[in-house]
Amino acid sequence: MMSNAILSIQDLQVNYGGIEAVKGISFDVPEGEIVTLIGANGAGKSSTLRTIAGLVKPKSGTITYMGEDITGKDPTAIVTKGITLVPEGRRIFPDLTVKENLKLGAYTRKDDLSDDINWVFDLFPRLKEREWQAGGTLSGGEQQMLAVGRALMSRPKIMMMDEPSLGLAPLVVRGIFDIIKEVNKQGVTVLLIEQNANMALKTAHKGYVLETGRITMSGSGAKLLADESVKAAYLGT
Amino acid sequence: MEHQLNRKKMSSGALITVIVTVILLVAVIVLENTMNANSMLFTVLKKAAVYSLVAVSLNLVNGFTGLFSLGQAGFMLLGAYTYGILTIPAEMRESVYYIYQGSAINFSLQGLFQGLFGTAGVGGAIGLILGVLLAIILAGLVAAGFAYLIGLPVLRLKSDYLAIATLGFAEIIRAVFQWDKLGRVTNGANMLKGFPTFSSFNIKDASGAVAVRLSAFMPLLIAALCIFVIILLINSSYGRAFKAIREDEIAAEAMGINLAKHKQMSFCISSFFSGVAGALFAMFAATVQARSFTSAMTYEILLIVVIGGIGSVSGSVLASFLYIFCSEWWLRFLDSGALPFGNISVPFFRNGFRMVVFSVIIMIIVLFFRRGIMGTNEFSDLINQTRRKAKTKKEAAE
Repeated sequence: MMSNAILSIQDLQVNYGGIEAVKGISFDVPEGEIVTLIGANGAGKSSTLRTIAGLVKPKSGTITYMGEDITGKDPTAIVTKGITLVPEGRRIFPDLTVKENLKLGAYTRKDDLSDDINWVFDLFPRLKEREWQAGGTLSGGEQQMLAVGRALMSRPKIMMMDEPSLGLAPLVVRGIFDIIKEVNKQGVTVLLIEQNANMALKTAHKGYVLETGRITMSGSGAKLLADESVKAAYLGT
Repeated sequence: MEHQLNRKKMSSGALITVIVTVILLVAVIVLENTMNANSMLFTVLKKAAVYSLVAVSLNLVNGFTGLFSLGQAGFMLLGAYTYGILTIPAEMRESVYYIYQGSAINFSLQGLFQGLFGTAGVGGAIGLILGVLLAIILAGLVAAGFAYLIGLPVLRLKSDYLAIATLGFAEIIRAVFQWDKLGRVTNGANMLKGFPTFSSFNIKDASGAVAVRLSAFMPLLIAALCIFVIILLINSSYGRAFKAIREDEIAAEAMGINLAKHKQMSFCISSFFSGVAGALFAMFAATVQARSFTSAMTYEILLIVVIGGIGSVSGSVLASFLYIFCSEWWLRFLDSGALPFGNISVPFFRNGFRMVVFSVIIMIIVLFFRRGIMGTNEFSDLINQTRRKAKTKKEAAE
């Protein structure tokens, strides 16, 4: 185990809907870095994130966060500790305003939120313009900004993102990855899962390749990008 | 303290809504004491007050939390019975429970308080008010307690399944309260009566004549206060969590919102206020009988919520008043065989025709207002919007 790992997964096994979605994986997320899990549909990426977030209970294995075992804790406790999930498909609250969406991100906090709301509005000036608009009326890219902003409202140490580029135009995807880098620069560790392996590996410090519930390869983003088998399987070149 | 008040400043729309509500309440007192007290207006006002509270409580769970619950009549029944059983005066019990040779409970709450403050004059009034208030609160708590117990298994269900389970609960409760073996408490299938009603709150002078009439004001005041509490809840962080659960359970859970806890909370609070409304309904009807709390009653309330707008408190209140006024008063002439003016008799105006016309009106409303009269807006939102528009217009003109 690396000494600077903020999050460490050991032999994680997850059964999901009767099938073995994750078959004993181990990986580390070093503090302050962007780490990505790439893999095809059904490789077990989402199940891994959902398990870390506490939405799914693992069959076996341990999840260690800042030296503490958080395996099987409920989502409220995990969000309070500083791990937050940007769910797949953004899942913003469509009938609530942008501001209400942001406030809900800070649900586990009871202190003053005005500084954090301003911080999010600085990161995403577009959201400031749309403050009183219903979340469902935003464009896809703006909704993704809102989903990220909402997650940041809990003041996370680790932000986990499930397919942030899903269903977005290529130009918007580039914008989202710029946001991810910016958020990371501000001190938030990012765990990212993506099918868009090209963008993900270019952005990430470290990457893991997940295939049918197992980690088959790992290394720096640049190293994986150059790897012939990764190229063939995920980059389509 | 002042700083906090400033930060949580009410919108002007909310302020105007509160002021208008207070003016209307005062107007009711004035009308009650100047108009003919037997006017149909006051009967429908009382009933509409009760219905608006149930409708808002159903809206809290259906419209704001997204739980399709249909147990409202059952919770009202629990509230009505709790109120009746606890407030029938001791001396009346023998005659009310004559089939079961007396009641198992031989005191009334207002009787207990009147034991402390005396039965005559101001002391008697204080005893009555405290006893009735305590009984109303207990009515709510009993309903909430039952809601908690059935919520434990039932709230795991979703949408239609939850609706069926809660509807079943209401039917079972109704049957249980008519059970002979409980006769000494519930009076079986017979009615409870003799407890204080709204007209007990009319202030009488020494000779026993009514000096100040408050019988329509009382239910409106209680309903308004309860609805105000529900509005505060909806606008708190709990209310925001309820809405989040309605919109997207997975996202809500990912934000750290404990789904089971919040669903249970919304369900119990909604049932509490349904129980309170049940007690008010008992006071309105002056009798309690399990037979009157049918599933048709729940559907009536659901209809009000849908007409008013699922997710709008203002809509539920507005729709309750319109619904009760139409069905009980304004459309009555359709059953009577004659038009309300002149002396024209219309052959097809006979018993039941009112409901035909009423159904057509409801269909038209549902067709033209797909999301109910108010949608998810509140009165205060509409006022704020018009003010904002007027302001921008003014600025544009300058």
